[in-house]
Amino acid sequence: MTALLVAFLVSTIAASTPLLLAATGELVVEKAGVLNLGVEGMMLAGAIAGFATANVTGMTTLGVLAALAAGVALSLLFAIISLTLQANQTATGLALTIFGRGFSALVGAGYVGIPAPTLPKVHIPLLSDIPVLGPVVFGHDILVYLSLAILAVVAWCIRYTHLGLILRAVGDSHDAAHALGYAVVPIRYGAVAFGGALAGLAGAYMSLAYTPLWAQDMTAGRGWVAVALVTFSAWRPFWLLIGAWFFGALMYLSLYVQALGVPVPSALLSALPYIGTVVVLVLISRDARLIRLHRPAMLGRPFQARA
Amino acid sequence: MTDQGLPGPLLTMTGMTKHYPGCLANDRVSLTVGRNQIHALLGENGAGKSTLVKTIYGVVRPDAGEIVWEGQKVTIQNPGHAQRLGVGMVFQHFSLFEALTVTENIALGLNTAQERIGLRERIVRISNEYGLPLDPDRVVHDLSVGERQRIEIVRCLLQNPKLLIMDEPTSVLTPSEVQKLFVTLRRLAAEGCSILYISHKLEEVRSLCSAATIMRLGRNVGQCAPAEKTIKELAEIMINMTLNAPTPRPPSASTAPPRLVLDKLTIRSPNHFGTDLKEISLSLAGGEILGIAGIAGNGQTELMDALSGEIPAGRPESVVIDGVAAGHMGPHERRRIHGCFVPEERNGHGAVTTMTLAENAFLSGFGRQALVRFGVIDTKKTSDFAASIIKQFDVRTTGPKAQARSLSGGNLQKFLVGREVLQNPSVLAINQPTWGVDAGAALAIHEAIMALAAAGTAVIIISQDLDEIFVLADRIAVIAGGRVSAPVPARMATVESIGRLMGGGTEPVRPYGIMALAHANGDSAGHV
Repeated sequence: MTALLVAFLVSTIAASTPLLLAATGELVVEKAGVLNLGVEGMMLAGAIAGFATANVTGMTTLGVLAALAAGVALSLLFAIISLTLQANQTATGLALTIFGRGFSALVGAGYVGIPAPTLPKVHIPLLSDIPVLGPVVFGHDILVYLSLAILAVVAWCIRYTHLGLILRAVGDSHDAAHALGYAVVPIRYGAVAFGGALAGLAGAYMSLAYTPLWAQDMTAGRGWVAVALVTFSAWRPFWLLIGAWFFGALMYLSLYVQALGVPVPSALLSALPYIGTVVVLVLISRDARLIRLHRPAMLGRPFQARA
Repeated sequence: MTDQGLPGPLLTMTGMTKHYPGCLANDRVSLTVGRNQIHALLGENGAGKSTLVKTIYGVVRPDAGEIVWEGQKVTIQNPGHAQRLGVGMVFQHFSLFEALTVTENIALGLNTAQERIGLRERIVRISNEYGLPLDPDRVVHDLSVGERQRIEIVRCLLQNPKLLIMDEPTSVLTPSEVQKLFVTLRRLAAEGCSILYISHKLEEVRSLCSAATIMRLGRNVGQCAPAEKTIKELAEIMINMTLNAPTPRPPSASTAPPRLVLDKLTIRSPNHFGTDLKEISLSLAGGEILGIAGIAGNGQTELMDALSGEIPAGRPESVVIDGVAAGHMGPHERRRIHGCFVPEERNGHGAVTTMTLAENAFLSGFGRQALVRFGVIDTKKTSDFAASIIKQFDVRTTGPKAQARSLSGGNLQKFLVGREVLQNPSVLAINQPTWGVDAGAALAIHEAIMALAAAGTAVIIISQDLDEIFVLADRIAVIAGGRVSAPVPARMATVESIGRLMGGGTEPVRPYGIMALAHANGDSAGHV
């Protein structure tokens, strides 16, 4: 029973990590008033860049950095099109996802089915050996801890620092921010690039830690769940974490139930984490007034400085 | 007043020119603001005042012209640069962040971390010192418009400006708030901060400002000491025509049967920052004009939507038009029973801006004017209807085929009011009939409303402009916090009594001296 619980908790945390990374990035992007629907594409680009680099060099650290760079590169492409050239953000984000999927499939064609080094698990003497608590809290790889640390720092920054205040201001009213002399477009570039970096990391986690292999479309819609998490958590970091963990838990349960051979169509079980997470988050945040209170008022609206 | 040893004016602008596609917003405009001076910039909407001040604030780049600031020729690059020079600006539409607190909003206006040290305490100190009470921890969306304006002023004052630009600052304030603001402004001027005061409220300008620059159609048309001119003279320079006050209306017979009855109308606002309507009961006879005064954001929008049926009330009896219980009806059905409505927002609400005037006329009038034949738009009749509105209401446009967005604010408003008036409604409800409309168009709209009432229509006017309410209304009620006070006959109401109700009856009203309303004649009270 204890072993089952440990397996459940460990795999919940593992499954929630890529979501958490990508959603934290998207949270920052949306707080700045930009809607980037290209998360899935950036994750896939990060996944293949990380996997290929690690495979070629044999170093996971380089792989993680390459994934980060790939995410940033794609996000900057999005920023140029939607912020500088002011194309529609929704359409641009969708195009980015399609591009990321196609590009990663093309690059990744030669990497299907071959191994790459796996991100090592942290092992802290004594602490990691505590029963239950050890493996659940102290037995993960570095990206897991990084994802939690980043979420905490982002939550704190948004709430308590001047940088976070400027970010919220730009998302709340870009015209007012501009009138006060803030450089709206560069600030948004920064936010979008940050979102891209975290989506890239999320991709690296998928291909170097979660399932250390490359397969086409291996993120399986997690980028979309991350975007949904941001909205349904009503842009609140704490609920983002709850949502990601919930998704991870359902992921494990659906696999477990499948393994038990319960006569339920496997497609339905595979869909369960996605449906379940959205349903739960909708229930949590179904108060329209709450959403309106936390929603960045400029979300998805292009900004043009009038001269 | 002292000159503080510095010679010459604070700001001199000459030959300022700004060209927008299709319009010359500023044409060789000059402006000189002296030290310690409260300088008025007067002009109708579209005269180019906003463009000029945005140039000073670095938001607009001029095509030509020279700016001399404290004796130095400068090119103002951006708002940050203007702030460093010592220019502060309080915007007409406040540039505040709704979701942030007062302190956060002000912190965003400060450039260095050093300035932000001890900010909260300094906000409290400055706001107490200048009589601008503010709670630094409140979130902006919970604040009244007057409080929001105070945030902007405090934000400017923290930077020790030499010039404070105020764009239409009193349009959102109660009479008592206006007086408090004037006390603050006079004190600032005495302490060495010049003020550029943009307004079209001539009485205020006369009592507050020591100099005025008047603009019309992008050009300077005069400079004067406003106190030496009458309101009428100022207005005539401003619009370049002789103004005739509307003829006073004979008191309407209140014995006529009611045409509009509201019975305990209660509505929950669909907007998070909106105001719920609470048990509003009113009765309006034919031929009567009821004015509803109030400060913006006290439920005016919701009341208008409840009258037009955009937010239907649950109970049919809560809105009765000509004896028909209509509370459950939408706008379309209410129009069928002779109700007509003009919402506040012209662009996108009152009119579809990308459609032609004829199409816009059709959208509201197709039922009452029978503009549809066998399910097909009768284009000839629709075009004639639009043309008759254009003709009768002197709408300056190229014709029924002109796009609504090509019209200036005043002309589009004349068209929209005309569209409803010509449908001969039993009940007409208008929100902000002359908001952002020039004096000539306002007069035309007022006359049309009076003529309609004289013909037996029950008219309800929601307006934040007390002058307008006093000119038009037979009875006056006040909306505050979603409740409407019992209407009083206009001749028994005073600005003071109405003002107290507008403030929710909680704010003490000082004896008033500076806000004496000038109606037709130009004489007025002077300084306090």
